[in-house]
Amino acid sequence: MNLAILALEDGTVFEGRGFGAPVERHGEVVFNTSITGYQEIFTDPSYAGQIVVLTYPQIGNYGANDEDNESARPYIEGLVVREFSPLSSNWRADEKADDFLARHSIPVGAEIDTRALVRHLRSRGVMRGVLSSSAAGVDPQLLVEKARQAPSMAGLDLATRVSAPQRYEWTKGVDPCSPSDLLAPAAECPYHVVAYDFGIKRNILRRLVHTGCKVTVVPAHTLAEDVLALKPDGVFLSNGPGDPEPLEFQAAQVRKLIGKAPVFGICLGQQVLGLALGGKTYKLKFGHRGGNHPVLNKVTNKVEITSHNHGFAVDPDSLNASDVELTHINLNDNTLEGFRHRNYPVFSVQYHPEAAPGPHDSLYLFDDFVTLMKENKER
Amino acid sequence: MPKRTDLKRILIVGSGPIVIGQACEFDYSGTQACKALRADGYEVVLINSNPATIMTDPELADRTYVEPLSVEFATEVIRRERPDALLSTVGGQTGLNLAVALAEAGVLEQYGVELIGAKVESIKKAEDRLLFKDAMRKIGLDTPQSQLVKDVDKGLEFAARIGYPLILRPSFTLGGSGGGIAYNREDLIDILERGLDLSPVHEVLIEESVLGWKEYELEVMRDLADNAIIVCSIENFDAMGVHTGDSITVAPVQTLTDREYQMMRDGALACLREIGVDTGGSNVQFAINPKDGRMVIVEMNPRVSRSSALASKATGFPIAKIAAKLAVGYRLDEIRNDITKVTPACFEPTIDYVVVKIPRWQFEKFPGAEPVLGTQMKSVGEVMSIGRTFQQALNKAIRSLETGKSLSAAAYDEKQIPQKLITPNPDRLNYIRFAFEKGYSVEEIHEMTAVDPWFLERVRDAVLLEQNLEGGTLDEATPERFRELKRAGISDNVIARAWKAEPLAVREARKNAGVAAVFNRVDSCAAEFESFTPYLYSTYEFACEADPSDRKKVMILGSGPNRIGQGIEFDYACCHASFALQDFGCESIMVNCNPETVSTDYDTSDRLYFEPLTLEEVLNIVDTEKPDGVIVQFGGQTPLNLALPLKHAGVPIIGTDPENIDLAEDRKLFGALLDSLNIPSPANGTATSVEEACEVATRLGYPVLVRPSYVLGGRAMVIAYDEDMVRRYMQEAVTFSVKRPVLIDRFLEDATEVDVDALADGEDVLIGGIMEHIEEAGVHSGDSSCVLPPFSIPEATLRTIEAYTVKLAKALNVIGLMNVQYAIKDGTVYVLEVNPRASRTVPYVSKATGVPLPKIAVGLMLGRKLKDFAHLTGGIVNGRLPVPQFFVKSPVFPFNKFPGVDPALGPEMRSTGEVMGVGENFGEAFAKAQLSAGTPLPDKGSIFISVNDRDKGAALEVARRFVELGFTLHATRGTASMFKAAGLACKTVFKVNEGRPNAVDLLKAASVQLVIYTTTGAHSFTDEKAIRRTAVFHRIPCITTMSGAKAAVEAISSRRRDPIRVWSLQEIHEKGAESKAKYNLVS
Ligand SMILES: Nc1ncnc2c1ncn2[C@@H]1O[C@H](COP(=O)(O)OP(=O)(O)O)[C@@H](O)[C@H]1O
Ligand SMILES: Nc1ncnc2c1ncn2[C@@H]1O[C@H](COP(=O)(O)OP(=O)(O)O)[C@@H](O)[C@H]1O
Ligand SMILES: [Mg+2]
Ligand SMILES: [Mg+2]
Repeated sequence: MNLAILALEDGTVFEGRGFGAPVERHGEVVFNTSITGYQEIFTDPSYAGQIVVLTYPQIGNYGANDEDNESARPYIEGLVVREFSPLSSNWRADEKADDFLARHSIPVGAEIDTRALVRHLRSRGVMRGVLSSSAAGVDPQLLVEKARQAPSMAGLDLATRVSAPQRYEWTKGVDPCSPSDLLAPAAECPYHVVAYDFGIKRNILRRLVHTGCKVTVVPAHTLAEDVLALKPDGVFLSNGPGDPEPLEFQAAQVRKLIGKAPVFGICLGQQVLGLALGGKTYKLKFGHRGGNHPVLNKVTNKVEITSHNHGFAVDPDSLNASDVELTHINLNDNTLEGFRHRNYPVFSVQYHPEAAPGPHDSLYLFDDFVTLMKENKER
Repeated sequence: MPKRTDLKRILIVGSGPIVIGQACEFDYSGTQACKALRADGYEVVLINSNPATIMTDPELADRTYVEPLSVEFATEVIRRERPDALLSTVGGQTGLNLAVALAEAGVLEQYGVELIGAKVESIKKAEDRLLFKDAMRKIGLDTPQSQLVKDVDKGLEFAARIGYPLILRPSFTLGGSGGGIAYNREDLIDILERGLDLSPVHEVLIEESVLGWKEYELEVMRDLADNAIIVCSIENFDAMGVHTGDSITVAPVQTLTDREYQMMRDGALACLREIGVDTGGSNVQFAINPKDGRMVIVEMNPRVSRSSALASKATGFPIAKIAAKLAVGYRLDEIRNDITKVTPACFEPTIDYVVVKIPRWQFEKFPGAEPVLGTQMKSVGEVMSIGRTFQQALNKAIRSLETGKSLSAAAYDEKQIPQKLITPNPDRLNYIRFAFEKGYSVEEIHEMTAVDPWFLERVRDAVLLEQNLEGGTLDEATPERFRELKRAGISDNVIARAWKAEPLAVREARKNAGVAAVFNRVDSCAAEFESFTPYLYSTYEFACEADPSDRKKVMILGSGPNRIGQGIEFDYACCHASFALQDFGCESIMVNCNPETVSTDYDTSDRLYFEPLTLEEVLNIVDTEKPDGVIVQFGGQTPLNLALPLKHAGVPIIGTDPENIDLAEDRKLFGALLDSLNIPSPANGTATSVEEACEVATRLGYPVLVRPSYVLGGRAMVIAYDEDMVRRYMQEAVTFSVKRPVLIDRFLEDATEVDVDALADGEDVLIGGIMEHIEEAGVHSGDSSCVLPPFSIPEATLRTIEAYTVKLAKALNVIGLMNVQYAIKDGTVYVLEVNPRASRTVPYVSKATGVPLPKIAVGLMLGRKLKDFAHLTGGIVNGRLPVPQFFVKSPVFPFNKFPGVDPALGPEMRSTGEVMGVGENFGEAFAKAQLSAGTPLPDKGSIFISVNDRDKGAALEVARRFVELGFTLHATRGTASMFKAAGLACKTVFKVNEGRPNAVDLLKAASVQLVIYTTTGAHSFTDEKAIRRTAVFHRIPCITTMSGAKAAVEAISSRRRDPIRVWSLQEIHEKGAESKAKYNLVS
């Protein structure tokens, strides 16, 4: 059995049992409270630079399969769990979660008191850490030192690093996971959407296609002019990792796009949009990561149970109230979860309507985007 | 939307007596609803026939009616109270059915009562299986193919189309009563006939089988603004084909990807919206084909259910409480999450532990019933456990069951493995473990059980871990080894057995090695937010979150899983102990593992430990909390078994000394005590061999009552009328040894039995109630109806009983509660048994007298005196409490769930629940009780009487009364000729063995409405059994004792004489204005 050690920058050390690849990685240690959907979490590029602690203690039960990947490979730096299943049991499983992560050289620390760890992060805030999944004979203090040397998330531009190197078309829609999947029938694809890739999740692309869009994905460094040259009916700003503040170039492009085409942003996309509209972003103490957050849609006055993955948020007071209407609020801690422009077809949410993992309560936002493009075209 | 202000007074309908499929989870939901609504300033009127519930405490509602849940009586309550609304969704199927019946009878309309929670249309859509399927197909949800049939031929046609196996489900029956699986034509005809008969609408749904598919449940909530959430997801360990109530279940789902889980979530929400449950909780069940993921919806219950109680305990999200608030107009986001205080209730709880529920069965009490599990629920109770992993939780749950079964290979038979795995049965989990010990593979066992390989693999690992213990020793054990074992949930006992050490030595060793239990919190949010509610479970992690207070604190040990003989009555006492402690300014700490109960509501006590009631787990809590006192008196046998070990471990037990509790159980010591007090008891002796038994029996004189001195599960008590019955019993029925002799008592025939509950403080003794049994001694006290006040016992005898009770209480130095059972024969009072603890009858006596016995008992244990409670007892500190009216308690039996079982009553308890009838005269109270118990007495028609010679005299009297009341008589030859001789008109009927048409045919033809049949004692003949069985089957009341028959006459004449009338407990006891605060109604 491999000894695993997770060492935090504040000197706290957790010991467990190593799985996945026998390697050592550093990153920001964050926790996610979803019960299902670990594979989507592994492969969500927004987790780049982070060691993810899953609060649900039984992970790996249903293995891993190709369809549930949110990108080409896992992006987490490491995984910390209470119990990692030696066996996978599900009709869709292609391989064990363990083999999947090992194959992509991701370390796993299991049999760790994740509840104690999460309570620690909750009270002290997320922090840097080092995870080694083959730590036999390693001096924990050494790892603590390394954790302190690791780059801090604040001010870190990861989006451009995970973004696609060049433009590509995306045509695949959502396919059912079972003969009984309740999917709205896929629409024709009359609308052309250009999607900025800051670390985009595949399910956003699938959902755009499913609701009627032809999608062109462009790299994070694409100029607004080049985007417009593609004659988009709408522009999409994707989710992604890291601190939004360094993304000045992207904010500048978005500023130029507002008014030229309907814009829809998700997660980092909302933060970039916020910056473009002159707003500020800030770092949350321990972020929002999970599939159970109540968000009030102030327009419909209904609550949506939503999927979250963000460590930063847009400061509502920093937005100019005469341009921007706040549309979505998190009922747990009142963070801003969505807004729209009062004069232009521009809107965004901080959470993940595409789910994967998480509830589907907010899929309507994709229809809203299509409607905006429709109206805009007809005008 | 804030709460509605147009409603002032709300009627809540309870779920009636505890029956299989509907247990105290509905006391939990009803109690929460009462508290929630009153906390919001609504006036609550409650109707429930079950006196053993917390919800029927006068303090929990403004007006409490312990009355039959029938349209007739509910209408009378409504007429008197004029409620603005009726909350239909917290009283289980019974509550729902009554609500629908009242609506359809036009009563709600007539009195302008609004149905809140679920509307009639929605209830119908959900309950009527065909409407439901259509609705589901409409929204694109898949359901098993099916057809509703009203006769057998239609059923056979359908079978020809679909093929076997087929699932049969009668419409509108509870817990699947009368349902089943037909593997072939014979089964089909069989089950179909029974089902058609049992269904109130004579319909049975025949359905495509999805046996072996994975079974899931989602607990869903929705508010008037259409905000909807999933509170909890549950995956069944046992695949489709075993009722969820009989399945081992696990929360949350374990083997679904997010895609599949979200598909199910979407389905559940769509279902809820289509059915139109506008507010409250619902339960939706799904099945998924493990091969290709095809998902079908099985059913939805538009109300809180057993599973919602489980879900509430599993997540810390109080479904019933919130359902009640939603019903009066609140939105989910307007309600706060009690646990985090800062976040709203409008979210989906997420958990960082695993919850396992295991049902508890008692087939052993129903000889003749086949111990197999199917689509009809058979379990009488359940346990829940919480662990950080499935393995840990499963092992804790197994311990919580208290089946006492050793899980070691020894107990099982290898040859039986395949059969025991293929046919679901109560022992299947143990056989799965056994099979792993014998080297079966996960694949093989999956093949036979259809249990998901993931679960099986975790079980196997735990079994192997235990096997590898063999040959180890205590001093070799490293801290790592200990932690590995404890994290897998393996008990000190198991380790001790393997290492040939004492469990307490193992405990010491591992604690010295730094491996001690710590406690984690159930917080609904996986630690994302701080928890302000001390709802705890033990684990072997590294950080403890218990943080105990330094207040004066007392710990209450609960009663564990419900079982026949130890049910809700004991939870009632425990909850009251807790409320009382809080009153007396003491911190109350509850320990229990039964998810159905009020005691495991985190709101009931200051601190809740959801733990198995074993010495190991209780000591863990004691180590952490260091309580000033521990109460073992209220939880029935379970905590009593721990009393001495705890005392020896230096734990401060308060109340009656465990040594004295034990003394009362010890034949020799107790016998000596009775002699010294010269209180008579039935002559008795013990035997350790067949011959000795026969000698003793002959010496005592027949009939004798024989029983083992040590029992697991069923009590195995019989009345032997002659020597070869004794022989047969000794040879077949019991295991005995020199250490565990068989106990033999002279059986007192035709004796009147009496139950007494008393309070004692060391100086004074207060008699709470002297309960006169309707059935004579020989019918277990828990199985016979009884009445307060006694109505036929001479005052002198009552005084003797009083005197004996006082002597016994003082001799045993009882501090708190004591229960004594007496038998009166020919004017002599004999003691049958003494239980120096809270008894099954405490809630009934408390409600009849209006005096909270458990509360006072706690006061006494804390050192107060009866004198200090004069204000609660109307000034009485010794002597007898007065009873203002007649209160009859009647038992409820599960025989309809065990076809083929002989329903004759005997010394072994078999009832699952009880009801109470209130009246101005005995007859009225008895009639109500019988109606509530589901065996209403006829008011006209024909009676079949067949009695043994002993009873002939009494029978004549009874028969004459019936004739006066206009009934006609049928009787078997002997009885008939006697009646004729006495000048009573009477038709003679054949006995079963005499020819046709015989008594049984008569019942089948429904040409009699009441059966009076007393056994000829000795051997109960096959046709006696046949007659009683047929009666139960056709729901014809069957009275098996003369005293019962006399009572029936009284009742029927009262029905003729007295109007339909009801009384609230508050008006009976004029105690409406009890402080609400102490029942923490302020939420
Ligand atoms: N079509 C079916 N094939 C196989 N098993 C079934 C089928 N329908 C129901 N069952 C089993 O019967 C049990 C009881 O059925 P259910 O519809 O839930 O009735 P109830 O109202 O008694 O809960 C379910 O828990 C499931 O295990
Ligand atoms: N000597 C006896 N004569 C007649 N009936 C008896 C006698 N002893 C016990 N019984 C009957 O058996 C029932 C159960 O016996 P009891 O000692 O109370 O066992 P338990 O502990 O289950 O209550 C009693 O309620 C009573 O009806
Ligand atoms: Mg069901
Ligand atoms: Mg008894």
